[in-house]
Formats: sequence, C-alpha cells, structure tokens
Amino acid sequence: MSGINDFVVKFATVNGSGSASANGIFAKTLFRMGIPVSPKNIFPSNIQGLPTWYEVRVSEAGYLARRDGIDLMVAMNPQSYKEDLAEIVPGGWLLYDSTLPRIWPRADITVLGVPIAEMCARKWSDPRQRQLFKNMVYVGALTALLDMDLKVLETTIGDQLKGKEKLVAANMEAVALGRDYAAQHFQCPLPIHLRHAEGAKGKILVSGNDAAGLGAIYAGATVCAWYPITPSTSLAEAYEKYAKRMRVAKDGRRLYGIVQAEDELAAIGVAIGGGWNGARSFTATSGPGISLMSEFLGLAYFAEVPVVLFNIQRGGPSTGMPTRTQQSDITICAYASHGDTKHVLLFPKDPTECFSLGAEAFDLAERLQTPVMVMSDLDIGMNDWVTDPFAWDDSKVHDRGKVLDAEQLEGFKEATGSDWGRYQDIDGDGIPYRTLPGTHPTKGAFFTRGTSHDENARYTEDGHIHARVIDRIRRKFDTAATLVPKPEITIRDKGGKTGLIYFGATTPAVHEALDLLERDGVQVNALRIRAFPFTREVLSFCAMHDRIFVVEQNRDAQMRSLLMTEGNVPGTKLIPALNYDGMPMTAAFVRGAVLKELKPAQVAAE
Amino acid sequence: MSYISKPVAHHPQLPRNALGLTRRDYEGSMSTLCAGCGHDSITAAIIEACFEMDLPAHRIAKVSGIGCSSKAPTYFMNRSHGFNSVHGRMPSVTTGAAIANRDLVYIGVSGDGDTASIGLGQFCHAVRRRLNMTYIVMNNGCYGLTKGQFSATNDKTSPSKKGEANPFDAIDLCQLAIQLGAGFVARSFSGDKNQLTPLIQAAISYNGFAFLDVISPCVTFNNHATSTKSYEYVRAHNLASENHLDYVEPKEEITVDYAEGTTADIELHDGSRLILNKLDSQHDPRDADAALMAIRTNAAKGAVATGLLYIDPEQQDMHDILATDKRPLNALPMTELCPGSNALDGINARLR
Repeated sequence: MSGINDFVVKFATVNGSGSASANGIFAKTLFRMGIPVSPKNIFPSNIQGLPTWYEVRVSEAGYLARRDGIDLMVAMNPQSYKEDLAEIVPGGWLLYDSTLPRIWPRADITVLGVPIAEMCARKWSDPRQRQLFKNMVYVGALTALLDMDLKVLETTIGDQLKGKEKLVAANMEAVALGRDYAAQHFQCPLPIHLRHAEGAKGKILVSGNDAAGLGAIYAGATVCAWYPITPSTSLAEAYEKYAKRMRVAKDGRRLYGIVQAEDELAAIGVAIGGGWNGARSFTATSGPGISLMSEFLGLAYFAEVPVVLFNIQRGGPSTGMPTRTQQSDITICAYASHGDTKHVLLFPKDPTECFSLGAEAFDLAERLQTPVMVMSDLDIGMNDWVTDPFAWDDSKVHDRGKVLDAEQLEGFKEATGSDWGRYQDIDGDGIPYRTLPGTHPTKGAFFTRGTSHDENARYTEDGHIHARVIDRIRRKFDTAATLVPKPEITIRDKGGKTGLIYFGATTPAVHEALDLLERDGVQVNALRIRAFPFTREVLSFCAMHDRIFVVEQNRDAQMRSLLMTEGNVPGTKLIPALNYDGMPMTAAFVRGAVLKELKPAQVAAE
Repeated sequence: MSYISKPVAHHPQLPRNALGLTRRDYEGSMSTLCAGCGHDSITAAIIEACFEMDLPAHRIAKVSGIGCSSKAPTYFMNRSHGFNSVHGRMPSVTTGAAIANRDLVYIGVSGDGDTASIGLGQFCHAVRRRLNMTYIVMNNGCYGLTKGQFSATNDKTSPSKKGEANPFDAIDLCQLAIQLGAGFVARSFSGDKNQLTPLIQAAISYNGFAFLDVISPCVTFNNHATSTKSYEYVRAHNLASENHLDYVEPKEEITVDYAEGTTADIELHDGSRLILNKLDSQHDPRDADAALMAIRTNAAKGAVATGLLYIDPEQQDMHDILATDKRPLNALPMTELCPGSNALDGINARLR
C-alpha cells in the first residue's frame, strides 16, 4: 500500500530533548518539496522526560488524515521501544540509536541501526550539543533513506535559525554525519521515499491557533483576555505575536490590550466588559475553562453582550486528556449556563477556516449581540496543517451590528416611529439596538443586568414580561440560523438515501473515507456542518436522507443529540460513528463505521 | 426588588453646577433598599461628589456585582450606563470595559460578600492590574439579600442578631488593598457624609486603583447592640477626626488657612489637590507601613481608623502598564485595526 510519497514516519523521542524542532524541520522540508504532509504531535502533559511522538503522514494524493500503521519508526526513546516496535507494519523499518545495540524481537521488519550517540560524542565535546545534534543526525540519516532534498532542508534550517548562521552550519554537519552513515551502511533510498510533487504548492503550513489569533487581528479585535490552558494557550500567544507586529502605532502605543487573567472566570469577564463597551473582545480556552465560564456566558446571552470565545477542545471529562483531541464540548457549549440558554457555534475544519470563521465570529457576535464560540480542537489548533493560504477581501466592511451613535439616538423616533429601548425589537428580527457608554448626555443610557428586565432594560419580576423577553431572544436565534455559515454539501449519489454528517477536524478522514467507500462500491452523500444553529440546508439534507451517519469525536454522540433536539431529526435515522480515544480520526475508522452498517459481511471478512 | 422610577418634575430654582445640571440630574431610580440602609447614604454621597465635580454623568460607567450593594448603581445617575454583572466578578468586567475605553470614569460598587468572599480573587487582581477606577465596598458585615449570614468582613467579636458567635477572623479589605499595592486606600462610614464625599471625589480624581471601604450598617440584620458594624458602634469608635481630608478641585483656589505642620498637601494627576488635616504624627498616608500600623493598632483597641489611609500619588495605571493607545480602543477605525490583504500576502509567504 505504501510507496513513493505515500507512507507514515513516526518519531518516538523524549520530550524536552529538542526533538520537536528537528521533527518540525523534517515536516517543513517535505512540505517545501511540494509534498502534502500532515504532522501530528502526540505529546504528554509534561515538560521534560516523558515519551512524545511526532507522526508524519506523507501523501502525494493529498490525504491528510492520520493513518494507522507506521512504515518507518524513528525509535529514539528506550522508554517506549516496546510499543513503538509493535506499531510498525510488516515489511516496515525501524531506525534506532545503535550505540547500545539491541535485538529487536520482530523478523518481519528491517532494523536500521545508527550509532547516533557515539557519533555525536566523537564530534562534539559540549554535552548540550551532543544531545541536541542527535536529533539532526537522525534527520540526516532520513535524507539518505528517504531521498530528501538537501538544499530544501538547508534553507528550511536557515529560516528556522535566522541570524544564527554558525548554528546552521553545525546543524548541516550533523545532517551530513547521519546521511553519510546511512548511505554507507544501508540500501538507499528505501522503497518508501520522497520525490518533488505539486500537491502542496500554493499552500501554507500553519497551526489553527496561529490562524485564529491572526483572524482576531483581521477582525479588528482589540481586547484579548485569557488564562493559560492547553491546548488554547498558543492562540492568545499568536494574537499577541501578530499584534506586536501589526498593531503598534508609530509612537510605540499599542492598538490592543491583552490581559492574562487570574482564571477563566476573569478572562471571559474581561472579554464581556470589552464587548459591552464596544471593543471587539475575545477569549480562548478549552473544556475546563468552558465549565468555569458558564455563568458569565449566561449573562452575556441574557444581557445580549457580544463576545467571541475560541474553544480549543481537548479530551474530557474533567481534566481528562489535556494533550489529546476531542469534539466533546458540543453540548456544553451549545447550552452553556443555567436556565434557557443557547449559543452560536462555528466549526472550522482547518487552520484556513480558523482564520476566516474566526474573523467572521466577531461580525456575528456584534450583529447578534451574543456570545459566539469557535469550536476548534487540539488537532487543528496545535498541529501544523498543509492548508489553503489565508485570504482577505479588502472591500469587506466589518459588520458592527446595531449600535446607535449620538445622532442616531437623536433621530431614532423619527426614523423608526418608536422610542428607543435597549431590548425593543424594532425590526422584527429579534435583534434590538444597543448603545455604548458615553455616547449621549441624556439619551441611550441603560442598566445592563442579568436579572430579568423589560424591553427598556428595567428590572422586572413580571412573568409575562420575562417570558416575552426570552421568547424574543429565542427568535433572535432564528435570525442567527439565516446568518451563520452554510454547510458544505458533497453529493456523490444523486437521489441516494444514505448520508453522512461531519464537522471540524475529522474532515480529512471523512473525505478520504468517502473515496475509499466509493471503491467499495458505496456512494455516500456528505454534509459538513459549519455552524449551530443549523441552517435550512442542514435540515433539508437530513430530510432527504433515510440513513445518516454522524461522525464525531465524543462518546455521547453530542452533535447527533443536537440534530435531534434542535433540528427535530428522528434519532432512528441518525447512526452515530464515534471515536473518542483522543487521537485524530482515521479514514479507516470512518470507512469501517459505514461498512459495518451497510456491508456487515464484508467487514467480517476483512 | 422592583423598579420604581422617580417623578421627573423638580423645583426650578435648584442649584446648578458648571454643566447646568442639578443634583436631581445625577439621581437614579427610587431605592428599594430597607429604610435607613447605609447604602442609600453612600449613594447620596456619590451623587453629591459627582455633582460638585461637574462630571458629565454619561461619561461615567457604573459597574457592580451581585447583592444589596450591587443594586445601588440603579439608584444613582440614570444618565450613566450601568452594568450589574455576576457575583464577585465586577472587577473583570470593569477591566475589559476600561481597556476598551480609557476615557470614561469607572465607579464600581460592591459589597463585603461580593468582594471579600466570592470575588476576593478578582478584587486582588484588579488591584494588581492598577485598574483606573473607584472601587467602593458598601461594607455591612453580612449578606443582606439572603437574610443576614455573616460575611468575611464581620469582626470575630461581633455576634449575629440572634446571638450566634462568629468563629472566624475578619478580612480587612483596606489592609489587603495596601498590601496588594492599591495606590489610594480609604475607609469611611456611611453616616459621615462630610468625610465620605471628599474621599469619593479624591478617589475619582485619582489615576489608578482607588479603593474605598465604607462601613454601611445593615439596619435589618446587623445593627444590633453587639454588632461592630452598627451605626451606634461606628459612631462611638470612629477615628475620623484624626485624619480629615479636604478635596480641592483643579479649578479652585485654596482659600482656607491651615496651621503649619498640621497638613499634608498632595497633588493628583488631574491637578486636583488633597489637603490632609490634623495629620497624625504616627501616620503619614504616603507611607504604606505606617498606614497598615495605624489600621492594626486602632483595630486592636476596637477603634475604626477612617479617612484617607494610604496614597501613592505617582502610581501608574493599567493603561500605562499595557502601553495602550491614548485614544479609546473602541473608537479606533477598522482601517487602523485590520492590516488588509497586502500584509496577509506577506504572512502567507512566511508560512510557505
């Protein structure tokens, strides 16, 4: 199955040993050779000393989901030798540091011993260098084994180490050590190897968190409040990185404010305060943070304050698996907080959409005057993806929603025929007009509160008024369903009755699986959800199909529940396809889940 | 708790300030607190302070948490925007609001439960961030809205109305604020309007975090003979006279003669001046250690040291620390905030 430009390499190393940057250089070099790659970092919740892995799938065909079955294992960590060995496919290869030679109990693979530590000890005297350059020695061996382009590798290292030319030379010496050894001792290149390709041309290699931080910059966000939590931390850091580059005035003054808050409660509180005061504001967090922010989200929902929240989902429940991926916050985010609450959710499929939907989230939040959550996850957020470049239309006007300035307040009655009231539904779309503090000396002031209020923002304990107001907020949700991004629909079988619904990071696995299924003689129509509330298109897709697989990464089929409760889709026709082990989904899993239902005999035979 | 608006009509000859506004223009809706509640006196002092300072009410943002105290912003300045947030979280909401618009005056109203218990963490971090705001705690030592449970500021020596002893030591918010680096820390008493009003004015003028702990008796649950937060007790044990403050607005001339050696004259950022009279020789309020000492030694004697306890006239506020633009961030045009497609091409190129 594997072959040229089609295989999986896995690096098993010790975290804190400097392997991450060497592995990153390896993946980037392949990307720059034009080859679609998908590196996945499988790391421990730890700083130093524990096993960590870096899986790189190479696919000229452009299939970028994780794939089980390792063709080449770079086993640099004795702690995990046993499980690393077991993961290699029959006929695969294992490269290891043979300074201390060992016998590997598998006859069906080829072992490639490179005495890396010994070579480094001979070459360098400084213990730190001896350690760090080990990583570049195995990359060097791979250049020969996999026929990597040395020139591309050198420029990649050069870009990584800008301004440290000496270090580039030293790294290339390490590469040469490994390369020469491999060339002398092994049959190079291996049957699995690389060649220049076109698939990654024109693409960029970037993580979703980096993209989302940039999206917030382009959206014009000026207030960012966050509390460190894996895997969302790098989003706030990306925002700051880009803000320092693009948001500092000539006099050195910053056109943004970032608060690393004392906890998640404060982080969302700061963002809500900024949103209330007319600045585009956001926070980034993950599951435990959502739990903590829930009370405030209810306030923003009921008091109708715009705010954007990036949820980089990880493995739950509780502290769960902080460094593994899941899509298990759908339910809690859709209904975060006590009482009748409902929130707008967006589901980006890759870093490109983290940028575009991330920016759009701010428009929606201000248009709808409510929290909008961007539901990314660890896989999209922290891994580098080969993805379409970011695009921005300069003619686009940011939608700041219904905010009245002093003049509009003066002329409000004349223009609308009604007096202004903070929660009056003038336009019949459920969205009232808001004012910002300090706008007008005598008009437009109101009291924002989480207690029940009437259309003029006055406290009320009148149940009829309360019901009227929360009904109007629910109607606003109907408006939301007309404004949020529409789904992506792929019809493979016109008039076919079998469908598949998916969203977010499982996209590459699903696309690949649909191709595989087609080869199995199974054609499935597919719909990628991009937002909640569900748009008309989602519901009609459900109506048009009799049997719909719902692919998600959680135990309880949360998106399926949402389709049932919010879309009135009968549960009998929604078949859950669930993976929740924390690893990015594979096409084999999706194919298996579909075939198990449609062709059980074939699955049994396989 | 219900909403009762006040009649708009008022006497035509009410005195007007420099903006042509009367005190009535700084009022809010009718208070629904218990008759005699200390909080209403503090509300009145806030109205008086803002009226006298000629502050445009619409340039003030009122923020609060949850509790009797946090309802109070409804009862002053109807022309200001207000935000009654969630319990103990007023500091974070104010932080965000202040980042978004540095030009407004932020008056935060909180209670002892809201600040010393559920919101203690947020309070500490608002101080640490040097948030430019006036933070008023209406401190009555109990939870009023839930019928009189002890709060964390209730003195250990002060039993409940029913006679139950309070087993825990009190948290002294002024000491805490000084230790955390608040630049302006004062304590006052709702029953002493002459002391309270200039303190509020000075706090509003102060550039940085100004904290005011105002003892404000709860007439319903904590005003009994054995309470240390009752009107009677505080009147009898208030050491206000030792440390009286005159607030002099920037535009005013100082007309009173002060005897030499009895005053300290502190000028604030906005040009206003604080004249401290009868300065206790042991306690210069520019000295944090002396301030802590004064609070603690008086408390040990059962006395309540009130007045301006500590001030650092030079403190930087959050915007200085964050180096934010001089213009309010919420007023920056998108053309300055969104880098556009050319810049994006450069970013894409770097990611190739």
